[in-house]
Amino acid sequence: MSLSLRMVNAMDEPKARRRLIEVRGLEKTYRTRDGDVPSLKPIDLDIHDGEFVAVVGPSGCGKSTLLKLVAGLIPPTAGAILIEGKAVTEPPDDVGIVFQSPVLLAWRSVLRNVMMPVEVRRLDRASHLERARKLLKTAGLEGFENKYPWQLSGGMQQRTAICRALVHDPKIVLMDEPFGALDALTRERMNLELQRIHQETRKTILLITHSIPEAVFLADRVVVMSERPGTIAAIYDVELPRPRSLEDMGNPVFSALTQTIRGHFYARGHLD
Amino acid sequence: MATTSVRTLARIVDSPWVRPLGLLVLLIVLWDVTVRLFAIPPYLIPAPIDVIKAFRVEGPMLLAESVPTTLATIGGFLLSAAIGIPLAMLIAGSRTIESYLYPLLVFSQSIPKVAIAPLFVVWFGFGMTPKVISAFLLGVFPVIVSGVQGFKSLDPDMRDLARSMKASWLQSFVMVKLPHAMPAIFAGLKVSVTLAVVGAVVGEFVGSNSGLGFVLQRSIGNFELPTMFAALVLLAAIGVILFWIVDLIERFAIPWHASQRQEFFVTA
Repeated sequence: MSLSLRMVNAMDEPKARRRLIEVRGLEKTYRTRDGDVPSLKPIDLDIHDGEFVAVVGPSGCGKSTLLKLVAGLIPPTAGAILIEGKAVTEPPDDVGIVFQSPVLLAWRSVLRNVMMPVEVRRLDRASHLERARKLLKTAGLEGFENKYPWQLSGGMQQRTAICRALVHDPKIVLMDEPFGALDALTRERMNLELQRIHQETRKTILLITHSIPEAVFLADRVVVMSERPGTIAAIYDVELPRPRSLEDMGNPVFSALTQTIRGHFYARGHLD
Repeated sequence: MATTSVRTLARIVDSPWVRPLGLLVLLIVLWDVTVRLFAIPPYLIPAPIDVIKAFRVEGPMLLAESVPTTLATIGGFLLSAAIGIPLAMLIAGSRTIESYLYPLLVFSQSIPKVAIAPLFVVWFGFGMTPKVISAFLLGVFPVIVSGVQGFKSLDPDMRDLARSMKASWLQSFVMVKLPHAMPAIFAGLKVSVTLAVVGAVVGEFVGSNSGLGFVLQRSIGNFELPTMFAALVLLAAIGVILFWIVDLIERFAIPWHASQRQEFFVTA
């Protein structure tokens, strides 16, 4: 295994694979009563089909803003996001989102929560019902379909939320600190789970996190963002073979990379 | 079995409706003892037995008079729900509407209803209408306040979730916003229904020839305190029963909510 830590510029990535998400000169400034608050300075980023990209940065660096922009939930101030060459102006169909909290509907059973996107988008019910059941089964939630969210543990709730994001079979899954509220052990298990999902489905995943080990463990590339207003400080390729196991966290490549990334933050502050 | 019957008895004693009943019995005993001990004349405070006697003699009349009061209460309450909930939606949905309407609503709530109730009699005569309006005016405010709070307390992530699925306004309202606001709305409705009873009685106080409020007014004028107390007991009973009905509806409407879960587990 090569021990090289390659720092790549946002502009010169391998061109061989198909670009799925293109972020071009993206800027976001929030207008508030106290004046304009710049959140993102111009950002350029390409994400390829089937790639797993993690974004790490200190809180308030605009990483959640970046995700909301890609999700089409807020309009950019300048620049554009292209998904398969088409500019994002409204929430795209081919995207599933997982939020930090599970945001499950308390009045719906687990299965009906997972089926919510199908209902809202008026997709074929029968085929998706089968898909939802299958997703829940692989997520280890078989037998809990008719339970209510409050009868589930935090990890199970978040797994339900992931199933909901996957039910309409989107190409892209956006995750905003999805495991931030979970305890350390559950979090590790969820990381393995997410890696398995990525391996099996080959979804393009954009993961926002403030855990450096999580980012390195899961991602093909780690995007490091600087403090507000956020820009991309560096992008690192994670050259660890897949599937990765938790033991790989002891791998020298792993520790060297986490150390390098950590260096970005301890130079001017730290993550929280 | 001796042990089972003891356990059944223990469960009955421990059940939620026996506790307030026990306290009530205790209070009645205390009331009786006080009246006897201090020899309070019945034109000041009647003894419980006098009230029971009044019930026996004037029971049919009291029951007949409680019908218009109950109807006015229900009418005012339904009106509160029908107008209060959409109004809460509007206020929660638009900052502009809120800034115009909400301060005025709070302002209007500070006007004593007893003072303006005669006005309704002038406008609508001695019928049902002024009572219903009076019940509505008292009942609508808690529905609006708690409804606004319910609609506003939606998690921004929840809103983003619905938006990310491109949910239409109606879809996100029916699937997310309304069910989310339901627990708060029901809290408001429960306060509203008890206030509607007060409103109906206020309406009957100032201008009516029927209803328990009218009975109260008349019996206090004639120093028929036992009748008056009997009417009060009946009014309280109406309030309790209506409250209980709303509570029951709530239990069926939002079995998933935290406040309902214990029962939900038992019945599930």
